[in-house]
Amino acid sequence: MAQYMLSVCHDQPYDEMDFNDPAIQEQVAKVSAFNQELQAAGAWVFGAGLAPVSTATVVRAAPNGEISMTDGPFAESKEHIGGFYIIDVPDLDAALAWARKATVACGYPIEVRPADG
Amino acid sequence: MVDELAEVFRREAGRCTATLIRVLGDIDLAEDSVAEAFAIAAAKWPVDGVPPNPGGWLTTAARNRAVDRLRREATRDDRHRAALRLYDDDTMEPRDPELADLDALVDVIPDDQLRLLFLCCHPSLAPDAQVALTLRLLGGLDTPEIARSFLVPEATLAQRIVRAKRKLRDNHAPYRVPRAAELPERLHAVLTTVYLIYTEGHTATTGDSLTRVELSTEAIRLGRLLVELMPDEPEAVGLLALMLLTEARRPARTAADGSMIRLADQDRTLWDRGLIAEGHALVRACLRRNQPGPFQVQAAIAAVHADAPTAEATDWSQIVALYDQLLALRPNAVVAMNRAVAVAEVDGPAAGLAALAEIDATRVADYQPFHAIRADLLARVGDTDAARSAYDAALALTTNVAERRFLEGRRAALG
Repeated sequence: MAQYMLSVCHDQPYDEMDFNDPAIQEQVAKVSAFNQELQAAGAWVFGAGLAPVSTATVVRAAPNGEISMTDGPFAESKEHIGGFYIIDVPDLDAALAWARKATVACGYPIEVRPADG
Repeated sequence: MVDELAEVFRREAGRCTATLIRVLGDIDLAEDSVAEAFAIAAAKWPVDGVPPNPGGWLTTAARNRAVDRLRREATRDDRHRAALRLYDDDTMEPRDPELADLDALVDVIPDDQLRLLFLCCHPSLAPDAQVALTLRLLGGLDTPEIARSFLVPEATLAQRIVRAKRKLRDNHAPYRVPRAAELPERLHAVLTTVYLIYTEGHTATTGDSLTRVELSTEAIRLGRLLVELMPDEPEAVGLLALMLLTEARRPARTAADGSMIRLADQDRTLWDRGLIAEGHALVRACLRRNQPGPFQVQAAIAAVHADAPTAEATDWSQIVALYDQLLALRPNAVVAMNRAVAVAEVDGPAAGLAALAEIDATRVADYQPFHAIRADLLARVGDTDAARSAYDAALALTTNVAERRFLEGRRAALG
């Protein structure tokens, strides 16, 4: 078995979602059904949606050991990760099959990347 | 003997590598072992003669080299495996081969080459990586040869292959023929890659030589292999037929000075009748099966051309009908463009131009053949100025010397 991270790629910053919006409700229902399917198949390791990028902090160590923190995401780009799954499946084709379902469920592109080792 | 060795290598390298990858679970180790086996053969065969089953001999020799090497490196591997087991005994399968398994005789399973083809054409790889990997692992071409064929620097090509292999390894890409549900899509990727290799050999996108015979020959070999291994896939048969019928025209495609000769102007007596007969038989087999797909329809179009003793005798209305079918199966601008050419033959150049005008211009702005075709149709309706600027647009997009010469000739003929 191998572990993969499926990242949900957003191309626009998002803020609070309006859960009264029927389109959002439908999306939430689809993602929730996908989550259940992933868990029932035993492929789920962990997954979460992330708060908006504006909440991010980057912590880095300078060569002299000094730690600095910056407000905001690591990459200053419009594109960012809005959520992720860690899945445990036999191989790449299985991971890609889940990614297909995930992109249909959430409506965003999914990046598939293996855990090293 | 040197030629014979090279011949055997070209024929057997893919088969050997495919089997060794299955046995060893590692592309690099398989490649190295096969290379070592060929080095042994190069030393032994000139003295002892070529063994009756060279492929089997090479596969066994490569397997033995791999076993030796794994034994030498066993201490390190054992440590590695032990470490993995310490972390997670249940989920982490040891991917390293067990020596005991290796000691069993390695049977060559025909499916191995199919597995390898599906691996090389994995949809997670970019098309140029799929092509490079297929030529390297299945075609037995070395990196400099592939780099030369595509006129990319050797370092770039080497890097492309290393990255592709690494991506497949780190991603745990499976070594198997895809299951029925995924098969149509995955097979299409394989067929597309083989056809890409063929067309690159047929009309090199860059450089001086209009054809790079070696690439086309390799693509046809892969096409035959696919048909042999997947005889029930009509699209595989369609692809082979398409390549054979196109290949049949090769002797008539290039003039003595190296310039390109259009289909309409070719000396049809130069066409290879043997290839045409084989292609026709395959197209007929596809028609009987009646599960049309894009490669089969393109093969049928090539068959209609091959049927015509002269360009004037071409059954263009049948070709328009086939393009309509192709457009329904796979709507895209290039198909629509080729359909417009056929429409021009049936209903005249003005009708052809009207069909071209229906194509989304942004999709074909950078596509040289679109401008060349448009220029020709404009010339035929007598709009010389517009034809000239369309030829200019085509010339600006041409990197192939033979095609450039052809287009310059057409432009000059406008007067």
